Amino acid sequence: MAKQLSRDQQGITLRGSAEIVAEFFSYGINSILYQRGIYPPETFTRVQKYGLTLLVTTDPELKNYLNNVVEQMKEWLYKCIVQRLVVVISSTENNEVLERWQFDIECDKTAKNESAPREKSQKAIQDEIRSVIRQITATVTFLPLLETACAFDLLIYTDKDLAVPEKWEESGPQFIANSEEVRLRSFTTTVHKVNSMVAYKKDSFP
Amino acid sequence: MAQFVFEADLHGLLKLDTPIPNAPPARWQRKAKESGVPVPSPATALSPMKPANRSHSSSKTPSRTPGKSGSKIQNTPTKAGGDRYIPNRSTMQLEMANFLLTKENDPAEESPTKKEQQKAWAVNLNGFDIEEAKILRLSGKPQNAPEGYQNNLKVLYSQKLTPGSSRKNGRYIPSMPDRILDAPEIRNDYYLNLIDWSSQNFVAVALDNSVYLWNHTSGEIIQLLQMDHPDDYVSSVSWIKEGNYLAVGTSNAEVQLWDIQQQKRLRNMTSHSSRVGSLSWNSYILSSGARTGHIHHHDVRVAEHHVATLAGHTQEVCGLKWSLDGRYLASGGNDNLVNIWPCTQGDSGDFAPVQTFTQHQGAVKAVAWCPWQSNVLATGGGTSDRHIRIWNVCSGACLSAVDAHSQVCSILWSTNYKEFISGHGFAQNQLVIWKYPTMAKVTELRGHTARVLNLTMSPDGATVASAAADETLRLWRCFEMDPVKKKEKEKANSAKSSIIHQGIR
Repeated sequence: MAKQLSRDQQGITLRGSAEIVAEFFSYGINSILYQRGIYPPETFTRVQKYGLTLLVTTDPELKNYLNNVVEQMKEWLYKCIVQRLVVVISSTENNEVLERWQFDIECDKTAKNESAPREKSQKAIQDEIRSVIRQITATVTFLPLLETACAFDLLIYTDKDLAVPEKWEESGPQFIANSEEVRLRSFTTTVHKVNSMVAYKKDSFP
Repeated sequence: MAQFVFEADLHGLLKLDTPIPNAPPARWQRKAKESGVPVPSPATALSPMKPANRSHSSSKTPSRTPGKSGSKIQNTPTKAGGDRYIPNRSTMQLEMANFLLTKENDPAEESPTKKEQQKAWAVNLNGFDIEEAKILRLSGKPQNAPEGYQNNLKVLYSQKLTPGSSRKNGRYIPSMPDRILDAPEIRNDYYLNLIDWSSQNFVAVALDNSVYLWNHTSGEIIQLLQMDHPDDYVSSVSWIKEGNYLAVGTSNAEVQLWDIQQQKRLRNMTSHSSRVGSLSWNSYILSSGARTGHIHHHDVRVAEHHVATLAGHTQEVCGLKWSLDGRYLASGGNDNLVNIWPCTQGDSGDFAPVQTFTQHQGAVKAVAWCPWQSNVLATGGGTSDRHIRIWNVCSGACLSAVDAHSQVCSILWSTNYKEFISGHGFAQNQLVIWKYPTMAKVTELRGHTARVLNLTMSPDGATVASAAADETLRLWRCFEMDPVKKKEKEKANSAKSSIIHQGIR
C-alpha cells in the first residue's frame, strides 16, 4: 500500500507522460479496431484498464505491429517531436478512405529541461483517458456503417527534420474527400495534451 | 422588386394585347438569360395565381470557397441562367473560373508579409506548421482480417430473420400481440422508463407531459396527471408494491407521489438537480436515479424524505432495480457501469457499491433480478454493447454473456417459466425470449415498427407489455401458464401451507 501511495504522489515526468500517452494510444487503437469491426470480434479479449473493461487484440501479427508503433511513439513523445497520430480506415476494394481518427498531440517542450516532476494525480489523468475511450466506444451510435471490408493505417506526423527510421516510410495525409467531423474529448498529463477527433465520409444520401 | 412583379401581373391581366406566346425570346430576355438572371417567361406572367419561377436566389454567386468540399449549403435547384446548350449553370463556378483565367496573366507576387500571414493561418488551422511536418507510416501492414470475414457491423445491421428452430417449442407462444394500445406522443428517449404495471392490474403510461392509467380488466382509461409547464415531461413511473400509490419522476427533477384512489398528488419530493429517469421501490423506500448520476433514497413516510445519496455514476442513471428480497439495489448508467448497492450503510456511514461491473461497452438500462435464484442479476447494454450478461452479485462473476445483436432496452424474468424476455431496437425491434440458464432463444416476438423502449409484466406474470417509439403499446401473452400446470402449482402452494398447519397441530 505504501508503494502505491508514493507512486501517486510522484508526479508526472516527461518519460512518465510519454508512457501514459503511448499506452493510451495502444488501447485507443485497439478499441477503434474492435468497435469499427475491422477485425473479427472473436479475436479480441477483455482486459481491465483505466477502471474499464477494454478489448485488445489477441492476433499475434497485429499485436506485434501495434507494439512497434507504440514503442516508436514513446520515443518520439519523449523527444517531443511527434505532433499527430492518425488512424485511417479505408475500404480494401477501392482504397477509399472512409474514416479518419485524428489525435493531436501538444507537447510542452520546457518539460525536457525540468528536473522536478509535475503535479497531477494519476487518478485525474486516468479519469480523463477513461472519458475519451468511452466516447470512442459511444461513437458507434452515429458513425455510418462500414459496408465493405476495411483495412487500417497508422500515420504519424513528426518534425520535418526527423530521420526516418527503418521500416517506416513517408506517406500522404489521406484525407477524406467529403467529410463530417466530430470533436471528442481531450486529456492532458500537463506535459502532453492529446486532442481527439473523428472524421467520416458523409453519406451520399442526405 | 416584389411590387413590380405584382404590377406586371396586373398589367398583364388588364392589357388586351398580351405578349405573343411561344415567340422567340426578345433580345433583352436573351441577354438576361446569359447573365444568369431568371426571366419570368411570358406564359407564367399571365397566371398570377401560379407561383411564377421567380427565384429569390437570382444571380447566385457560387458561395463555395475554392478547393473546399463538404459544404453543407444546399443550393435550391433553379432553372436560372439556363439556355439550350447548358440548361443549368448553377453548378458552374463562373466567378471562380473568371478569377483563375485572369490570374494567370499576373505573376504570383506575394509580399513577405502575406507569406507570413498565410503561414500564421496554416499554423492556426492545423495546430502546427504543416510545412514543417512529415507524415510517416509504418510499412508492412499486418495481415488483414481473414477472407470471408464480414464486418460484424454489417451483419448486425442487415440481420435477416433467423429461420425458425427445428426443435418444437415446449409451449405455444402466440406471435401476434393480444392487444395493441395507442400511445401517442410517447417520448422516444432510450433513457426514460415510461411504463409500469401495478399489482392491481393498472398500466401506467407516461405520454410526454401526462400520465394515463389503463385498467387491464375493464379497459378503462384515466388521465391521472398533466404537468403544469408545457415544456416539462414525465421521465419515469413506478408503482408501489401494493398498487395504490404511483411514483412519478419528472424532467424538472421532482419525484411526485400520487394516490390512485383519490387521483390526488400526495407528495412532491424535490432533492435532485436534473431529470429523474429511473425509480424503484423497496417497501417504503423509493429510490430515484437522475441525470447527474446520483441516486437518492426517499422515505415516503416522513417529512424529511431524502435519507441517502448514492454517488456511483458519472452519467445518467437509466436502470434501477431493488432485488426482490430488498437486500441489494442494482443501478445501470450511461457511463456503462453497473453498481450493486447494499441496503444498509457501510461502517463509514457512506453507501459504497459492493460490486461494480464494467464489462458493458454501452449504456446499461436493462436491469432485472432473477425471481427464483437469489443474487442473480441480468443486465443488457445499449447500442455500443448489445450484450446480455447474467451475474452473481455475491461473487461478482459473470455467469454468462450472450450477444443479442441489437440495443437492449429492458429485461424481465418470467415468474412462470425459467425464462426471461428482452426488448430490442434496431433493426428488428423485437422481443426475444431466452431460456435460462442455457441462454437458448425460445422465440422472437415481432410487430413493433420502431425500437422498443420499455417492458413491463402483468401481476399474474402471463402478459408482457412493450412500449415502443412507434407510439404503440403491445401486450404479448407469452408466459401464460398452462391451466393444468397452473392447478398443479396452486395445489403445490396450498399443500405447503397445509403441511405447516399440521406441524403446528
